[in-house]
Amino acid sequence: MLLIPCPWCGPRDEAEFHYGGQAHVPYPEDPAALTDEEWARYLFFRDNPKGPHPERWSHADGCRRWFNAVRDTSSNEILAVYRAGEPRPVIA
Amino acid sequence: MTPQAFRLPEGGRVSRDEPVGFVFDGVRYQGYRGDTLASALLANGVHMTGTSIKLGRPRGIFSAGVEEPNAVVQIEAPFPEPMLPATTVELFDGLVASGLPGQGRLSADPDPARYDAVHAHCDVLVVGAGPAGLAAAAAAARSGARVVLADDQPELGGSLLGTREVLDGCPAAEWAAEVGRALEAAPEVRVLRRTTVFGYYDDNHLVAVERRTNHLGPLAPAHLSRERVWRIRARRVVLATGAHERSLAFADNDRPAVMLAGSARAYVNRYGAVPGRRAVVFTTNDSAYAAALDLAAAGVEIAAVADTRPERGEWARRAEQAGIEVLTGHAVVGTEGERRIASVTVAPLDGGSPSGAPREVAADLLLVSGGWNPVVHLFSQAGGRLWYDAELGSFVPDSCRQAVDVAGSARGVFHLSGCLADGAAAGRRATEAEGFAVEEPLALPRAAEEPRSPALPVFVVPGPDGAGSATHFVDLQRDVTVADLARATGAGMSSVEHLKRYTTAGTANDQGKTSGVLTSGAIAHLLGVDVGALGTTTYRAPYAPVSFAALAGRDRGVLHDPVRVTALHDRHVALGALFENVGQWKRPWYYPREGEDMAAAVLRECRAAREGVALMDASTLGKIEVRGPDSGIFLDLLYTNMMSTLKVGMIRYGVMCRADGMVFDDGTVIRLAQDRFLMTTTTGNAAAVLDWMEEWLQTEWPHLRVHCTSVTEQWATVALVGPRSREVLGSLAPELAVDNDAFPFMAWRDTAVAGIGARVCRISFSGELAYEINVLPWDAPALWDALLGAGGRLGITPYGTETMHVLRAEKGYPIIGQDTDGTVTPQDLGMGWAVSKKKPDFIGKRSHSRPDTARPDRKHLVGLLPDDPAVLLPEGAHLIDSEVLPAPPVPMLGHVTSSYRSAALGRTFALALVRGGRDRIGERLYAPVGDHVVPVTVASPVLHDPEGTRRDG
Amino acid sequence: MAETATRRSPMAHVHARFAAATRSCGGALRLAELPYLTQVNVRLDPKGPAADAVRLELGLPLPLEPNTATRGGGLAALWLGPDEWLVVGPPTARDTLASRLSEAIGDEHASVVDVSAQRTTLLVAGRLATDLLAHGCSLDLHPRSFGAGRCAQTTLARAQVVLVPRDETKPGFWVLVRSSFAGYLAEWLLDAASEYVGEHSAPRT
Repeated sequence: MLLIPCPWCGPRDEAEFHYGGQAHVPYPEDPAALTDEEWARYLFFRDNPKGPHPERWSHADGCRRWFNAVRDTSSNEILAVYRAGEPRPVIA
Repeated sequence: MTPQAFRLPEGGRVSRDEPVGFVFDGVRYQGYRGDTLASALLANGVHMTGTSIKLGRPRGIFSAGVEEPNAVVQIEAPFPEPMLPATTVELFDGLVASGLPGQGRLSADPDPARYDAVHAHCDVLVVGAGPAGLAAAAAAARSGARVVLADDQPELGGSLLGTREVLDGCPAAEWAAEVGRALEAAPEVRVLRRTTVFGYYDDNHLVAVERRTNHLGPLAPAHLSRERVWRIRARRVVLATGAHERSLAFADNDRPAVMLAGSARAYVNRYGAVPGRRAVVFTTNDSAYAAALDLAAAGVEIAAVADTRPERGEWARRAEQAGIEVLTGHAVVGTEGERRIASVTVAPLDGGSPSGAPREVAADLLLVSGGWNPVVHLFSQAGGRLWYDAELGSFVPDSCRQAVDVAGSARGVFHLSGCLADGAAAGRRATEAEGFAVEEPLALPRAAEEPRSPALPVFVVPGPDGAGSATHFVDLQRDVTVADLARATGAGMSSVEHLKRYTTAGTANDQGKTSGVLTSGAIAHLLGVDVGALGTTTYRAPYAPVSFAALAGRDRGVLHDPVRVTALHDRHVALGALFENVGQWKRPWYYPREGEDMAAAVLRECRAAREGVALMDASTLGKIEVRGPDSGIFLDLLYTNMMSTLKVGMIRYGVMCRADGMVFDDGTVIRLAQDRFLMTTTTGNAAAVLDWMEEWLQTEWPHLRVHCTSVTEQWATVALVGPRSREVLGSLAPELAVDNDAFPFMAWRDTAVAGIGARVCRISFSGELAYEINVLPWDAPALWDALLGAGGRLGITPYGTETMHVLRAEKGYPIIGQDTDGTVTPQDLGMGWAVSKKKPDFIGKRSHSRPDTARPDRKHLVGLLPDDPAVLLPEGAHLIDSEVLPAPPVPMLGHVTSSYRSAALGRTFALALVRGGRDRIGERLYAPVGDHVVPVTVASPVLHDPEGTRRDG
Repeated sequence: MAETATRRSPMAHVHARFAAATRSCGGALRLAELPYLTQVNVRLDPKGPAADAVRLELGLPLPLEPNTATRGGGLAALWLGPDEWLVVGPPTARDTLASRLSEAIGDEHASVVDVSAQRTTLLVAGRLATDLLAHGCSLDLHPRSFGAGRCAQTTLARAQVVLVPRDETKPGFWVLVRSSFAGYLAEWLLDAASEYVGEHSAPRT
């Protein structure tokens, strides 16, 4: 059971959270202007790194805030959390 | 045999004034409270407990603890429990057990005992209450930190309980008891005895099982949980898990009465039971000498000590002073005896192999010590790395990214004074790291400094001719021998993980505690490589087997998953409803009358809704209030159709898609005010839809001034349905103008119904004239009763979800999640009318013009009419276009999503997703069902009142 | 809206069993429903004028620190999120609380929604209250980390709840739970409490 530090509520059990996939995949400004391929890229293509990965999480059973977390996919370590809209922190 | 013939006249920690009767393999024995099943059997001269799983060889008690590979028993009474090590079963009056050759047997009866779970938090968790763990806990507790100390034994002290060591001139076990009492009295300390920490997970989350009442047997109080799972979140962890002695691989090393030396010592000192009369000791290190001397002091004749080391150390001299023959540079090369050891053969070692004349020594006990393995299981589970200490011949903890420290013999410190100091330092480090100030350090008791000489780790004692290792066992529980390993290495395998899986070594339920490192050592011996370079297999939870009952805890029966009910649940029960699970909700399925089956009840309920008046509890629909000046803009983005143009007082149906254009949910939106909407979601999707809305608002469109609030349970909803529903509503709502002009379809009004403040929505999920009446749930029973009363003379009929499904399906209204599966667009459902062409964007819009989504031959929702109007198609049935089932692969055209009997149509019908279905209306298709093929005709999905006059009238 | 004879609260069917459990645990645990409390969900920008209007109207600031509560004048304001609070008051406040807040906020962007029936409130008190909740709540409920003035949304057993420790003089918790889960949670708590049959209100020495 991971302990995920909600940027609002502090550390809580993983079971209180919902996973929201890769972060920083913004909804396109004007979807109609995209080619089919560009739109498909937005819909279906995501990174799959071994190592730090920025992700969206929602503290679903708590404050219901969506936030971002950088998780090391090889160790499950949460390297940083930051609120929605904030830039991805630089991780040494 | 004399009762307890192998019990010492005095000594040990058993309660001699509490005799306990028990039965093993059908024979009645006596032991004492404080015994384990194993110690009581040994006290009665019983070594052999069964035969081995694969080879059927006699096997006996090998150890005195959780590491036991051999003496696995089936508990028969008071309640059947399979595969427990006899060394971990506390003896109680009335225990009935038997030896197991391999697998055990689960009870066929439900377990009447209670099991539960508790969450715990602490600054420092100390695992193990031996000398290091006690010192760590005591040091940590002094700081005021919250400390949990967990130990798997009924008594604190760990190894101190099984030795005659002395601290400050007193028996060390007394010191342990004293420290234990002080810890238990400390306000922020929790001492968990009989508690095995079995899993070490991320972020210092450790899981333990406490055996609370097992040891009371039939006297266990029923209201107390028998076992308790502790889920412990610790800021720091100190692992003081001790060490397990390991054996060596030599010929016939598996016979009953071959026993780990330290375990024999524990049987004598802790239980006052001698495991034999005449023993041979085989060791690679000092520790077995202490065992030999303790056994000798207890009257056991030590026939010889065979020590692999060529030098005579201080311990050897002590043994010789006690009159024991010490054979340095010797090894045991064989044993004889059927149900237990009768003789042991020793031979001199030369360069690791036996050479010179073997000598047979008569003995009924063989003590072995191949060295000690630090119990690194939890450390390894935590992600910690190990390194091989060649001097110890063991893998010891290195580093770990979690906040964990290892102390005492768990990290290879094998002398008492070192364990105490190591534990105290670890406890202090842990509390200081958590910011607790400690004044002067913990005063530690003084232990005698024992002589130490290096071990000579030996894993395999080759047979006399260097071959023939078919009885050199490494894994007793899996019957794996050095010969098996040699077969695997001969086949080219060199990774310990491959060898484990090929030979099954280490895969039994003892998790290879005594065999793991020995297996690595034997493989290294066979391959001629360094053990450290070879490594060990991965340690995984659980450290020791845990019963499923304990893991399930109280999450059984009605508490297994939340049962959500509406405010009208009692009314449904009183009316005899049968219930259907919809997500976690219990919804009335149908209300059978006496003598009715489901089909009859549903036909009756349908008829009432279509011809008279009927009512249904619709409270489970999700409800979300959306407020703010940008609510209209937001809902326009969320739904495929236009919501911002909805007038206050009116209602609109809407469909939501995911960005991929597939239908996600549907429901109605009512406009309460210019900046206020109330939307409904499907029953199962309420939380997901709110999450979805919050995700868009919080992450993509934070500039929109909109707030969402769940009000699902703020309102109870009763659907009043049927051509006579207006009469019933009118009679109860005198202030409401119910005529069609004043209160048209898709309008809502606030009024009093039966004197209760209500919001009445004229919407219909049945195709009939219908109203949904929303009231506070506290008032819902009163509303329900009033509706039944007012409609009584019209034969008002409660109906359940089955009738709801039939009514909506007759109208071709899809159920999201039943008629759709995440690959269906609104257009596929024939709901192009609900997809706005005017809006510049909504979630999913761009996807509707993707080539695949715009294909004309996608699967469409259509109706199906079986040729035989009495045949009910099974939901999920596939559809093909030939009367004869062709050879595979059979081209599939689609599948049945809903199928019912219709009172209104006087026949069966179905909904289905069919490739290019709307262009096939009128075509004949076939549904293979079992051995035959059912012919059907494709129809419009709207089979009842296609003009909608009933609903709108 | 006053309580009437025909009203039924979500845990009405277990009131007698709560009382019996309280007795059988010797008062070491006390279980009771506090039905019909007035609850208003407030969402607004805590830095905006609407927040000031609410503070003036209630005589109570909305707490800004996550997982804390403010109390005063018979009301409690519980932090639910950075722009969301639950204002809880006695049943008698139901007719007025939401409208008072709405009027005070006026045309400012805010959401005030009466959710009095959305959740019901359970009292879990007695010296073993924390032990009882620890059977199903993964939060650290020790007074060092969850004392008076705090609140939290979390899960108890498998139900989402809002947990509110009462003040120092009255040990125990309010557990606010969605009405549809109330019966499940009541059964779960009653079952958990059966472990403590025969306890006493004062700890044994």
